[in-house]
Amino acid sequence: MTPDDPVALSDLEHDALTELVNLGVSRSALNLREMVGAQVLLSVPTITLVNRDRAIEILARTEPSKLVAVHQIFEGAIAGRVLLIFPDTQSLELVRAVSGDELPLDDIIELEQEALAETGNIILNGCLATIANLLQRSLKMSLPEILRGDGSEFFNLMPLPEAGDVVMFLYVNFAVRERDIRGYIVMLMDLPSLAALKSLLSEFIERTTGGVTP
Amino acid sequence: MTYKVLVVDDSKLARMVVAKALSTGHPDWMKAEAANAAEAMDLASRSPFDAALLDFNMPGQDGLHLAAELRALYPRMALGLLSANHQVEIVSRAHEVGATFLPKPLAQQDLSDFLAKAVQLKAATR
Repeated sequence: MTPDDPVALSDLEHDALTELVNLGVSRSALNLREMVGAQVLLSVPTITLVNRDRAIEILARTEPSKLVAVHQIFEGAIAGRVLLIFPDTQSLELVRAVSGDELPLDDIIELEQEALAETGNIILNGCLATIANLLQRSLKMSLPEILRGDGSEFFNLMPLPEAGDVVMFLYVNFAVRERDIRGYIVMLMDLPSLAALKSLLSEFIERTTGGVTP
Repeated sequence: MTYKVLVVDDSKLARMVVAKALSTGHPDWMKAEAANAAEAMDLASRSPFDAALLDFNMPGQDGLHLAAELRALYPRMALGLLSANHQVEIVSRAHEVGATFLPKPLAQQDLSDFLAKAVQLKAATR
């Protein structure tokens, strides 16, 4: 966060958020592992709060090719969008990994949309449900939607939030062993949601540490 | 009798959670904290610990590699690997280095069982 950001997280809040995301994606990796039958490797999540333009720039730099995303809207104590993003060229490989290698290519292509949506849904729900449970709040998730394009399209989905422009670039790299599959999870939130998240994080810290001084 | 546990996690919050669980349920345990594997090895090489709680997913060296290094240094030390990611590969590698897999967030009962085991191990080797 830069000093001019209206909702700056303290170091401990940022640490708590990273840990929550870590727990969330670890659950998702476990679910994905069950689906693909191979180990899923995870990076340590890095979380940066950036504006929309910066998020687009970061994604364009790391993934210059065409991308595919599974997109879901979440609502509740905090609201926003969450996206599972990976290179478009890997989308069939992911479907193949999930549906088994025996299926002929035609069937895999036919299954693609549905399998991507289902896989994304399981990964994103696993992640957000874990976070929501730990924050003791419930989140309602929309049905998954498949998007193809680049960061500027993914991060400018209508309607844009009225209350300012904040992108939580929650950057987790997951990779499936023995498969050419890797991807990222990105969360987009507006300023009121970020303020609500800050307060939930502070409650969470108090609850889990019982006021132990760091 | 007091015992010593080494708590290794890159998340300060996660270390605070363990600190709370220790201070409320296990006041006979003294703890030292490290934020990464290098700090942990530095502390462990200076004085022995009865147990270590290691986060799996840390920047730099992960908890499994650290567990193997600690195991080489202290063959009888109780090692616990903490992660929400209980994929079979990780759980079985934890068992290979003689570490107990502890699901995150850490439950008080799991911690108690782990520490009880550490106490037994220490008594058996004395």
